[in-house]
Amino acid sequence: MNFAVSLALGFISIVLINNFVFTKFLGSCPYLGVSGRLDMAFGMGMAVTFVTTLAGAMTWLIDHLFLNGTPLEVTRYVCYILVIAGAVQLVEMYLRKFFPSLYEAFGIFLPLITTNCVILGLCIFLNLWQIDNFLMAVVLSFGAGMGFTMAICIMAGIRENLAMADIPECLQGAPITLITAGLLTLAFMGFAGMIK
Amino acid sequence: MTAWKAFRGGLWDEIPVLRLMLGLCPTMAVTTSVKGGLTMGLSVVFVLICSNVVVSMMRNLLKPHLRIMMFTLTIAAFVTIADMYLKAFQPVMSEKLGAYIPLIIVNCIIICRSEACAAKNGIWVSAVDGLAMGLGFTIVLCFLASIREILSTGCITFSETAVWTVLNPVDKGGWFTPWAAMAMPVGAFITLGLTLGAVNQLTKKKA
Repeated sequence: MNFAVSLALGFISIVLINNFVFTKFLGSCPYLGVSGRLDMAFGMGMAVTFVTTLAGAMTWLIDHLFLNGTPLEVTRYVCYILVIAGAVQLVEMYLRKFFPSLYEAFGIFLPLITTNCVILGLCIFLNLWQIDNFLMAVVLSFGAGMGFTMAICIMAGIRENLAMADIPECLQGAPITLITAGLLTLAFMGFAGMIK
Repeated sequence: MTAWKAFRGGLWDEIPVLRLMLGLCPTMAVTTSVKGGLTMGLSVVFVLICSNVVVSMMRNLLKPHLRIMMFTLTIAAFVTIADMYLKAFQPVMSEKLGAYIPLIIVNCIIICRSEACAAKNGIWVSAVDGLAMGLGFTIVLCFLASIREILSTGCITFSETAVWTVLNPVDKGGWFTPWAAMAMPVGAFITLGLTLGAVNQLTKKKA
């Protein structure tokens, strides 16, 4: 029972309170680049969530089965990036074979996920926080992906409306997006301290 | 592409962050203090030069579909070196930057330079390009960090003894009330947004 509660708290904490985009700045590039349209933002979020969950689980297993406590620890980052690139490649092949329409829709974003900081960031943070339970690691990975999806969808919604606003010329495009993101962060700071 | 053009490109024409809009995550995360920004910037210079040289050396052997994989693996190797160096010789800084040093691996600037420059040019041009891009990145980081550090604490701190007070803060008997928000994520997003706006405005007038 206690364990289930801690899982739920971990999930809420990583989605709302320690949201990777708002508090750790991870995934800022797609957050600003792909948030132009709501449907694309949602697709990107879903793809990232899937790969994060997969990569988080796999790197945790690799860490605990092979790397921890051995001299191989120095190769940790190389292993992580290999796992992530491999996972993305797998997802890409799977989608192309079985869901060609979805594959078309993702287009260029799929290979780009390899260099999405959310995923590598999550793997590194799982290691830093010393998560020693496999189920917890999976829940946190999934939560990080969901947090990213939520952030990018909120941003896309705002930007669709922002297109109609009268913005000073020099602030159009990226600058106003960054300022909006700053204000959003301010709102999400309200969650801080809710769970230790 | 000549070495001179690459050098100028990195420092002004295509200066990272401000013009290319790449590498935003570390930019915002480490710019709470100038020292953090400088450490991050110099680590990126090291990784960028080394990875550019290596990618340039193997550019004729690359297979198109495995390209990105080779780039990231090369970069990961050099980032591991930088991370171990910082852990050994700058433990305090390494602790503070934490996960952001390994995250240099997925810093888009480095992959972008591998793809756009090193995979097409010789070793000399690639090395110069890496140096210039890295320095440009460092300059931007230090600029943003100095704005944020001055507004959030009133002074720039390099070490316990080397503190440069710009605005005299209230708790040391001065007049300036530090803006706590500047040290938080809000400050990062808004400072970067306004800086970009200012750069847009300045460059528009020249053209």
